[in-house]
Parts: sequence; C-alpha cells; structure tokens
Amino acid sequence: MAFESHLLLALLEGTVGACVLALTALGLSLVFGVMRIVNVAHGEFFMLGAVIAWAAATLVGGPPALSFALALVTAPLAVAAIALGVDRLILRRVAYQPDATIVATIGLVYVFQQAVLMTFGPEARAVAAPFQWRVTFPGFGYSGVKLALAGAALVLIAGTWLMLTRTHIGLAMRATQIDRETAQAFGIPARRVYALVFALGAALAAVAGVLVVPVQQAHYLMGGDPLLLSFIVVIIGGLGSLRGTLVAAFVIGISDGVIAVFFSPTLAKIAATLLVAMVLVARPQGLFGRAPS
Amino acid sequence: MTVAPALLEVRDLACHHDGVPALRGVTVDVGAGEVVALLGRNGAGKTTLIRSIMGFTTITGGAIRFDGVDLVGRPPHRIPGLGIGLVPQGRRLFGDLTVAENLRVPAFAGRAGPPLDETLRHFPVLAERLDQRAGSLSGGEQQMLAIARALRLAPRLLLMDEPTEGLMPAMIAAITAIVAGLKVAGVGVLLVEQKLDAALAVADRVVFLENGRSHPGGAVAALAADRAQIDRFVGAGGA
Repeated sequence: MAFESHLLLALLEGTVGACVLALTALGLSLVFGVMRIVNVAHGEFFMLGAVIAWAAATLVGGPPALSFALALVTAPLAVAAIALGVDRLILRRVAYQPDATIVATIGLVYVFQQAVLMTFGPEARAVAAPFQWRVTFPGFGYSGVKLALAGAALVLIAGTWLMLTRTHIGLAMRATQIDRETAQAFGIPARRVYALVFALGAALAAVAGVLVVPVQQAHYLMGGDPLLLSFIVVIIGGLGSLRGTLVAAFVIGISDGVIAVFFSPTLAKIAATLLVAMVLVARPQGLFGRAPS
Repeated sequence: MTVAPALLEVRDLACHHDGVPALRGVTVDVGAGEVVALLGRNGAGKTTLIRSIMGFTTITGGAIRFDGVDLVGRPPHRIPGLGIGLVPQGRRLFGDLTVAENLRVPAFAGRAGPPLDETLRHFPVLAERLDQRAGSLSGGEQQMLAIARALRLAPRLLLMDEPTEGLMPAMIAAITAIVAGLKVAGVGVLLVEQKLDAALAVADRVVFLENGRSHPGGAVAALAADRAQIDRFVGAGGA
C-alpha cells in the first residue's frame, strides 16, 4: 500500500476512534464539571452499554440492523437507569464528597465487572454489524460501519452540546456547574440536576459502548481502555471543560490511530500518557481549564 | 388595634457553620414595605443569617417563618418560589453565562415574575449587554444584574447582602434608589450593609448582630442620635 493510502487509513482509524472517545469522555467531563466528582466507574458504563447491546441483540434476533437499532435505544436507557440507582443509593448518601465518591466508584468497577462475569461469562461476545458496506478509497476499501458509527457519535455529541447550550435543562446544568448554592437560591433543584447529569454521563458512555460493539466485541473487562483514554482527554482538555474535552479527544484519538497504524498500539498509549505529563507540567489546569484564582 | 404579622419572622435562631455555632439566638422581623438594616462587624453572623433564611445552614434551634410558612428544613430550591429574592454577597453571578441567561435562571423557581422587557426597562444598561458574559461586566453592571436577577422572581422579600460593596458613589446612590422604590412597592427588604450611611439612608429599622446574637437597634430616626450604640456594634467611624 502506498504511503498516502496508509496515512489516509491511519487518519480514518484515528478519526473513528476519536469520535467514540469524544463521546465517552464527554460523559466523564460532564459529570466532573457539574458534580465535581471523579467517576472511576465510567468505563464500566461503557462496558455495560456494549454487553447490554449484545444481550438485547441476541434476545431479539431478526435482521442485524433492527436488533442493533433496538440495542442503540435500550442499552443507554438501561445504563442510565442503573446510574440513577447509583446516584440515589450511593452518591447522594455520601453527599457527593470527592474522596468518598472516588472510593465508591472504584468499588463499583468491581461490582459491575463481577456482575457481568457471573451473568454472561468471560467470553467476548460479537454483535453483527447492522449493515455491510465498504467505502472505496484510493488504494484500499474501508468499513462503512465504522464511518457510520463515527457519524452517529458526532450527531450525539452535537445533540448533547445543543441540549446544554439551548435548552432549559441545559441552562440548569450549566448554572449548577458554576455555582451550586446560587443555582438553588434561584429554584434549581441541584440534587435532581446531579442525578440527571450522572445518568446522562453514563448514557453517553453506554451509547459509545454500543457503537463500538460491532467492531470490537463485548467483554466484561473492556471498560479499562476507554476509562484511561477518557481521563487522559479530560485532563489534557481541562477538568470540566467540554470544549477542551472535545478538542483533546480529537488530538488524542487521531494521534492514537496514526501511531497505532504506523508503529504499535502500545506506543500510542505511551505517547498519550507522555502528552498528559507534559500538559500537567506546562499547564496544570489543562488546555482549556481555568487556573484556580 | 391588631398588629399585622411580619412578612419574615426569625425567632431565637441558632445554627452551625462547618460544625461551629455561628448564630445563637437571633430575632429579626421584616414587614411588607419595610427595610431592615442588619449591621455588625465582620464575622458577626450577618451573611450566615441570610444563608440560614435561604436554607443553606444547619439550624439547631429557633424558627424562621415567611408569611406564616415554616422555612426550617425546607429544601433551598423551594424557598425562592415563595417570593424570597437574594442578592448575594459578592454578587455570585453565573459568570460564564450571558446576561440574558442569568436573567432566565430565576424561572426555575416556578414563580411568575415580570416580563424580561419590563426588567430591562428598569435596568437599561443590561439591555445593551444581553449576549455578553456576565463575568465580563463592570462591577456596577454586575451588581445591577444581581439585583435584576433577584427581581425577576417578583419577590415579596428581598435579602441583600452588601449590595454596595466595592462600588462608586454614583452606583451606591442608584442602588439606594432601587431599594427605596422596592419599599414603596411593598417589598420587604433585609439589608446587610457595611456602609452605615447607605444603610441608614434607606432603612426604617436597624438590627445589630454581635458574635452571632441580635440586638434590636430600633427605628433609624432614633438611632441617628445614639452614636454610642452604633460605635459599640459597628465600630467607631461607622464602618
């Protein structure tokens, strides 16, 4: 394959990965930004989305496009419901204290992993792609499914952005993020906003999990990588900055894809981690974060 | 003769702040169309009292009633809907939101306030800056926005915590005029103020706070002649 084709393939792989990563990291950033908690179990919501997608598709059967569409709706809803339960039963009880929520969500990582292991077993589960297209590029053909899932991720990111910036509930979320106490003094129910944000963050991770399951099998340990990369993205972009998260996701995602194609996936992770270290040294608040006043 | 109950009744209030007793027996009344100035040195408990009325502290004793409704234990987000507006200390605007968005936030209280056009007619400087980030406004403009935001609730009681802090004399005069206008409109105002002149210019009564305890200061007209009392609670020079 010519170098140009190889480079284009690497960029495509990177862009597809970046779109899914941006969707996953957006949820983590939203939860940290509004609730000021670090959700270590965010990757497990990604995993639950993929596993529930497999379960839904297997249960319903029928044409792959139909079962995938069903999974795309049911998995995020189911994971959002689980997140609401976590908020109600755990996070609210520890008053959303940063230290306590980190410990609690670390515990949830094991709870979710073991629950899936005991229910579905240790095997990786494949979900049939909703369709089989190949898009022809100069020198190679590329999976139409991957391009479609990148497009779906972009649509969901745009939808989330519009919800945050143009709707009444988005205004409540942003006001709560800026000043929880003053938001309450003007009638915003901060606890309900927290529950909604936690469920939305989990649903975004879950839908990202559903999108990757046709190209990357569902497995009870699959939440680790998305969590690590999401943390990298959120730290580089600036904790709580959605714009920074999206920019960093595309920088990390595309560079990850290119380095993985030309060199190795391990080197890509090393480069991303190195970038985090450099950003933390030069600009501890991240590229778009604000330094504490 | 029957005496109408006060709009806001705070009785023997005690509360904790970060586990430490902050108020120990505070009694304050504010009637409709009455401006009560809350005066005291830094750390006397003025802002803690405002935060207690808004439901943000742990009440350990006493009562807070607004128009007969018990506020103790009520979730903070359900207090503004009763008709209690807040102009917090330091303004506490939503700095990353636009002026227009700041003025939309009070709609969450579920209380029918004045139309936006009417609010902007009273605060023309904000009408020119609706799409500007609140954090980028000047200090005086930010204070106007903080007051306009509270008035979007059509409050029956307005809690103002040091509204003239850090402002130029012209802006202080404008805020004093706004408070006087609210009084005429029948709104009760509890005014925390460090600037004694600004407080006495518009208040009907004074309540002093010292070490978390309240001391009735009486009517402003009588207090003006009682310099010793002012010096005791506010300090020589009148803060």
